[in-house]
Amino acid sequence: MQLVKEGTVIDFLGKRFYAGIFSAILLVGGVVSILMHQGLNYGIDFRGGTNIQIRFKEVPNLDQLRNFFSKQDLGNVMLQTFGAVEDREILLGLSVDNPLGTGEKLTAGLREMLQPNYPEMEIRRIETIGPKVGDELKTSALQAILIALGLVLIYITFRFQWRQGIAAIITLLHDVMVVVGIFSIFDKEFTLPVIAALLTVVGYSLNDTIVIFDRIRENISKFRKRELLPLINQSVTETLSRTLLTSGTTLMVVLALVFLGGEIIHDFAFALLVGVLIGTYSSIYVASPTVLWLTKIAPPKTSD
Amino acid sequence: MNVQFKGGLILIVLVAALYYVFPTFKAYQSGVDPQTVADKVNLGLDLQGGMYLDIEVESDAAVEEIVRRTRDNLEDLLIDEQVDFIEVRQQQNSLVLEMEPGRKVQLEESPFDRILVQFDETVDGDLVRLSIKPEEAERVRKNSISQALEVLRNRIDGLGISEPSLQQQGENSIVIQLPGLKDRERAIELIGPQAILEFNLVNSDATVNTYNRLTETIKYEETWDKSTNKLLSRRPFVLEKKVLLTGEFIRDARVRFDPQTNQPYVSLSFDSMGSDRFAKITQRYRGRNLAIVLDNKIQSAPVIREAITGGEASISGLFTTEEASDLALVLRSGALPAPISIREERTVGASLGEDSVRQGLMSLLIGSALVLVFMIANYKLAGVFASVSLIFNVVLIISVLGAFGATLTLPGMAGIVLTIGMAVDANVLIFQRILEEMRRTSHPRGAIKEGFDRAFRTILDANVTTLFAALALLQFGTGPIKGFAVTLSIGILASMFTAIVVTRFFFDWIYLRRSSLQSISI
Repeated sequence: MQLVKEGTVIDFLGKRFYAGIFSAILLVGGVVSILMHQGLNYGIDFRGGTNIQIRFKEVPNLDQLRNFFSKQDLGNVMLQTFGAVEDREILLGLSVDNPLGTGEKLTAGLREMLQPNYPEMEIRRIETIGPKVGDELKTSALQAILIALGLVLIYITFRFQWRQGIAAIITLLHDVMVVVGIFSIFDKEFTLPVIAALLTVVGYSLNDTIVIFDRIRENISKFRKRELLPLINQSVTETLSRTLLTSGTTLMVVLALVFLGGEIIHDFAFALLVGVLIGTYSSIYVASPTVLWLTKIAPPKTSD
Repeated sequence: MNVQFKGGLILIVLVAALYYVFPTFKAYQSGVDPQTVADKVNLGLDLQGGMYLDIEVESDAAVEEIVRRTRDNLEDLLIDEQVDFIEVRQQQNSLVLEMEPGRKVQLEESPFDRILVQFDETVDGDLVRLSIKPEEAERVRKNSISQALEVLRNRIDGLGISEPSLQQQGENSIVIQLPGLKDRERAIELIGPQAILEFNLVNSDATVNTYNRLTETIKYEETWDKSTNKLLSRRPFVLEKKVLLTGEFIRDARVRFDPQTNQPYVSLSFDSMGSDRFAKITQRYRGRNLAIVLDNKIQSAPVIREAITGGEASISGLFTTEEASDLALVLRSGALPAPISIREERTVGASLGEDSVRQGLMSLLIGSALVLVFMIANYKLAGVFASVSLIFNVVLIISVLGAFGATLTLPGMAGIVLTIGMAVDANVLIFQRILEEMRRTSHPRGAIKEGFDRAFRTILDANVTTLFAALALLQFGTGPIKGFAVTLSIGILASMFTAIVVTRFFFDWIYLRRSSLQSISI
């Protein structure tokens, strides 16, 4: 399938001003949301605490449960429906210093508390992260992102030029920040799997970017006399079918994960969904304009 | 590479892949116990249910304990040798011996010299400071971890889990994995306590207000209501600080039943040294109460009626049979050298694991089906080639996981699903390139060759960078995320092989063998 008619060249770079505004809105929106939420909404992986997934016999009444737990002297309790309503599940979040602790009383105490009112409940999952581990995970998450970006910068500079390297990093930072921003806007929790999704998005977006850079390089050596701007437009157009087809297949599997993968990996899949969309957009509208801009402000010497 | 060679290579890889997939295929048939099959892909705890515990051994406490014991030891020696001193104080990892003004003690000489094996001495007037040597502290710390591993292994064996795993992680933490664990509370009750058992004399004449704070201490006997888990009462006892006997001398501990009341109790038998001591203690303090203290709580404080020479003692209390047998197990396994705390816990019920497997497989099936239909609709016969490559790709991932006995987690399954979507990229790159070349030259044979050659570099560049991201994830150590990174990495490598070799083989085999090639289905 050719999505673009032969011989046409779409003027992608002509829209770079609007693309810039679009990206700015996403980025600023994200930052504003993060500020309004007073920072990122870290999950227990990073802040420590306990999550307990409980299934009830009947659809639980969240207000009633909230009211119930507020009388139990459990400290700061977070309560939400988990998954679809008909799954009859809730996720109960307790803070690190909750009075039930992390030992055997955690489940025993909870069961005793709930059983009189909800005799047929099932504790399906418990996750406790101590504050120390939370800090460690924060550090390794940051390290993982920096390692990935560092390796990418080195590799691309080695295979292309430093301009492409810088442009790729700017694109990746753009993607990561947009996904983080959208997570904040949707008030979704920032967990370890979300970091994994972010890094996957980094790899995916880069994949797209490299395909385009590769074509730009090829076209530069093919048409030595032409200006960079029309060459970039031509390259992006030539690779557009591939870009959209691959995004299409990736979106199919990501949507399968979002809708069928279950609640546990839902946020992970959601981050991938946003990331694939943003990564596709950015390889066209962020990476290429950045290369153009870098070439303008630091033109290559003739020997380059 | 000619067609025969490629075909041969693919055949070898395929046979090897099927060979390594087979155990996994067999293991998860219904009616088969997966544990009886070796070399399969193991399911992570999030998929089969079970408990993952990362516990920290507070090994500094083991060092402090050594220092505390040395303090008691030194004090006894000083008294025995009739040295004039005021007191020996413990300040974390060092001791301060305060001498009476003007008095000196020669620690280099027997019997004190053995303390200097572990401690450095500095003298400052009447104060002698003894600090534990750094290498000695390090040795104690290391030992405490290996001892804790040993003790915990014994305790966990009592849980009856078929494939438990314990391993040290980092400096002072131990990761325990209990697949298929059903009773979380019992597991934690077994793993958690330090289980320091001590025997102290009760001073029945003293009260909470009138005891001698230098030589005596208060400990409590607690009574809990089993059904409501509420503390019913806390009865204080005045105990002599001196520990007469510890759990170190226990040879065995078993559950017995009182023939009169049918109540379970724990019967202890001491080793020969312990029996001697116990006999001496019971003879000397006949008529007094002896408190049995476990982790600072009094279990019982019976009256010594007569000298016990058989080396047997019993702990009674309001136990259920299971509690008594767990207590016996904990006492048999010995005390932990230091307290432990839970750093991280991930416990998943079996039913949730099953749900996750089903959901993972469902997204894999539906996701793959969508991609396959899309590719075939879009690229016709070439799409069929790509589809076969994709299926080959999935088989390869599973076989590599099986060959290394790797663990498949829920995020790992998501990684496979994702790989399906991304792996077609290599095929898409090749096919688009062939289409472009066809339009340029309308020469199918050349277009196929050019298409593959030109796409190769792009595929390499694009995949290497994705691999970087996956490698960066590997540093999260164990846990579900690692599973994702592993399947993603394997998937990327496998997708390069299937696109560049397998898809190419089909083109070679179907088209390039022909003497005249007019058109291709793409």
